[in-house]
Amino acid sequence: MNRPASRLPAIVEQHQKEILADWLSNQTSSGASRSGRMQESQLRDESQRFLSLLTQAIQQGTEFDARSPQWAEIREFLTEISRSRATQGFTPSQVATFVFSLKQALFKRTTESLKADATALASTLWEATTLLDALGLYTTELYQQARDLVIARQQEELIELSTPVVQLWDGILALPLIGTLDSERTQVVMESLLERLVATGSSLAVIDITGVPTVDTLVAQHLLKTVAAAQLMGADCIISGIRPQIAQTIVHLGIDLSSVATKASLADAFGLALKRRGLTVARVTGG
Amino acid sequence: MDRVPILKLEDYLMVSIQVDMHDQLALTLQDDLTQKIVATRARAVLIDISALEMVDSFMGRMLGNIAAMSRILDAQTVVVGMRPAVAITLVELGLSLPGIRTALNVDAGLALLRKAIARPDEPSNVE
Repeated sequence: MNRPASRLPAIVEQHQKEILADWLSNQTSSGASRSGRMQESQLRDESQRFLSLLTQAIQQGTEFDARSPQWAEIREFLTEISRSRATQGFTPSQVATFVFSLKQALFKRTTESLKADATALASTLWEATTLLDALGLYTTELYQQARDLVIARQQEELIELSTPVVQLWDGILALPLIGTLDSERTQVVMESLLERLVATGSSLAVIDITGVPTVDTLVAQHLLKTVAAAQLMGADCIISGIRPQIAQTIVHLGIDLSSVATKASLADAFGLALKRRGLTVARVTGG
Repeated sequence: MDRVPILKLEDYLMVSIQVDMHDQLALTLQDDLTQKIVATRARAVLIDISALEMVDSFMGRMLGNIAAMSRILDAQTVVVGMRPAVAITLVELGLSLPGIRTALNVDAGLALLRKAIARPDEPSNVE
């Protein structure tokens, strides 16, 4: 670091107001504010905060390093705005443009201040460019992270949504499974079924696999595990909704389902469950 | 020395296991329980494990042993209140607690025992 001291911090500090004004007008014209999505005043606040944080940070050096404490505040600020903009539905380029649009304003002031010294001008512009590029790319990275979080949360919600446990009758639960059963889903299914068994005090559960497209050894194993766990807690399971094709596959694969009661349709399984609970359905005479 | 209390209610003996079992405690419990079955001529034993957050193979074997001992003394055993997380762990470990009757809660357990005492030759809900 034996280079002559950078002129950039001084320039930014001196012309902070003008830079901010230029930057804001740039942003409005380039559409980074995405008209309607964001208040003019909010954009002004954010820009002002970013510029003052940047002014502080570059006093100690103009090279961006995501891990150094010098940039900690800028990092936090960028994380905050990337996250809020990701949830507001901004595209990554719109978020990065927030930083990149500062370039023009900054270059203008730099050129004006260093008109006389071409070497200093070139090196200062280069510094500013690398710095803003690094910051802009960092925003994109943060935006991506925020987006990934949103996706992960949605995935979780989807899993939760697709495994409803419904009560058919007093003491009889049904678990209509739809979609492929993998080990992660089995875990969720198992947990929600067992918890509902305890919560409702039900001793019978009908697992309906009409919506499960294929049953291979792994899926069968997952099913049997769920049944075994329910049995450990003192509840019996009936598996229903086995399509002819699946019955054939199960036999060809040599899967042993003899430890569980199986029925072809949910109606049959419900009938069996009622019988086990000692209940009957009767037609009202004269009805 | 700590002990697991055994409560007598009509024809039933009730045990609620609330602490982690170790060898000595398990032996004491088996000892106390068998003596109590003989002394009170109890017909059934209900073991509540709803307070347990972990059941390992040792615990599983101990429960199996208690069930087997009670059966020899002509008393039926039911284990009640296993937590979902415990059941999942046991299944993942491949432990299925053979020879142990289970029920969701004390009510269901008592109903099961009542039935089992009425028809002792027809064990229900046993693997």
